[in-house]
Amino acid sequence: MTIGLSHYLAVAAILFTIGVFGIFVNRKNIIVILMSIELILLAVNINLVAFSAYLHDVVGQIFAMFVLTVAAAEAAVGLAILVTFFRNRGGIAVDDAAVMKG
Amino acid sequence: MALQAIAFYLLATVTIGSGLAVVSVRNPVHSVLFLILTFFSAAGLFLLLGAEFLAMLLVVVYVGAVAVLFLFVVMMLDVDFGALKQGFARYAPVGAVVGGILAIEMIIVATAVARGGAASGAREPMSALDGLSNTETIGRVLYTDYVYFFQAAGLVLLVAMIGAIVLTLRHKPGVRRQVIADQVARNAQSGMRTVQIKPGEGMGE
Repeated sequence: MTIGLSHYLAVAAILFTIGVFGIFVNRKNIIVILMSIELILLAVNINLVAFSAYLHDVVGQIFAMFVLTVAAAEAAVGLAILVTFFRNRGGIAVDDAAVMKG
Repeated sequence: MALQAIAFYLLATVTIGSGLAVVSVRNPVHSVLFLILTFFSAAGLFLLLGAEFLAMLLVVVYVGAVAVLFLFVVMMLDVDFGALKQGFARYAPVGAVVGGILAIEMIIVATAVARGGAASGAREPMSALDGLSNTETIGRVLYTDYVYFFQAAGLVLLVAMIGAIVLTLRHKPGVRRQVIADQVARNAQSGMRTVQIKPGEGMGE
């Protein structure tokens, strides 16, 4: 019962799918959509780290760090846009977001 | 080895279960708390893989900063989340079908790659290389070969910080603010005026 690379890849695949499913079912709630994107990026990170560990190459972990950086920046800017949107519209229903189209 | 398998299955189950809870619970505050649990158990998976530095980074950056940022925003915004949950039952079947197909495809590809790809030869995950710790190994590569990427990552964070501040900063019209330039530019001519007042009358302001 040894744990191999495919086990970690399967966990990452399931987590990625959960993120996509979350975007599907929570189409009105932009906070949960942002959290689903975080889940997807976490799945990508698990993939990178698993390959890095089993290929004995540390570059994968460095890429995972960069993904982490971009994810943090994306969360900060996304939440700032959300706060501004809430102030201007008084709600965060994504259906109203069509007003942003130029 | 059996202990490692038990730890893996425990952490993987918690990761996937709390990931499902993130997208399906009704209250977004609970959703954020499940997100924290997901990241925490994913950090445990990273530890099992021998990536100690990234595991700690995940705990510090995500559990400590990003998830708390989510929590602040969710609690600050006064939103009727019940109305936002509409359409869950309508989109759940098609989402489950698409997600199931996606998961099956990816697991098949991942298994094939793990069996026959470049990583198929290695049976053991990387442990400490040449007596160096994981952190030292990452540092030796990050600050030499990838130093420009490292600087670019810092730049991305700087731009994100400036963007977030610019987006959320607002000046309330009623608040009196100190403007140093106006204070310095003030002189006797602009700051003082002479008024002739006739006897018996006041200054009609």
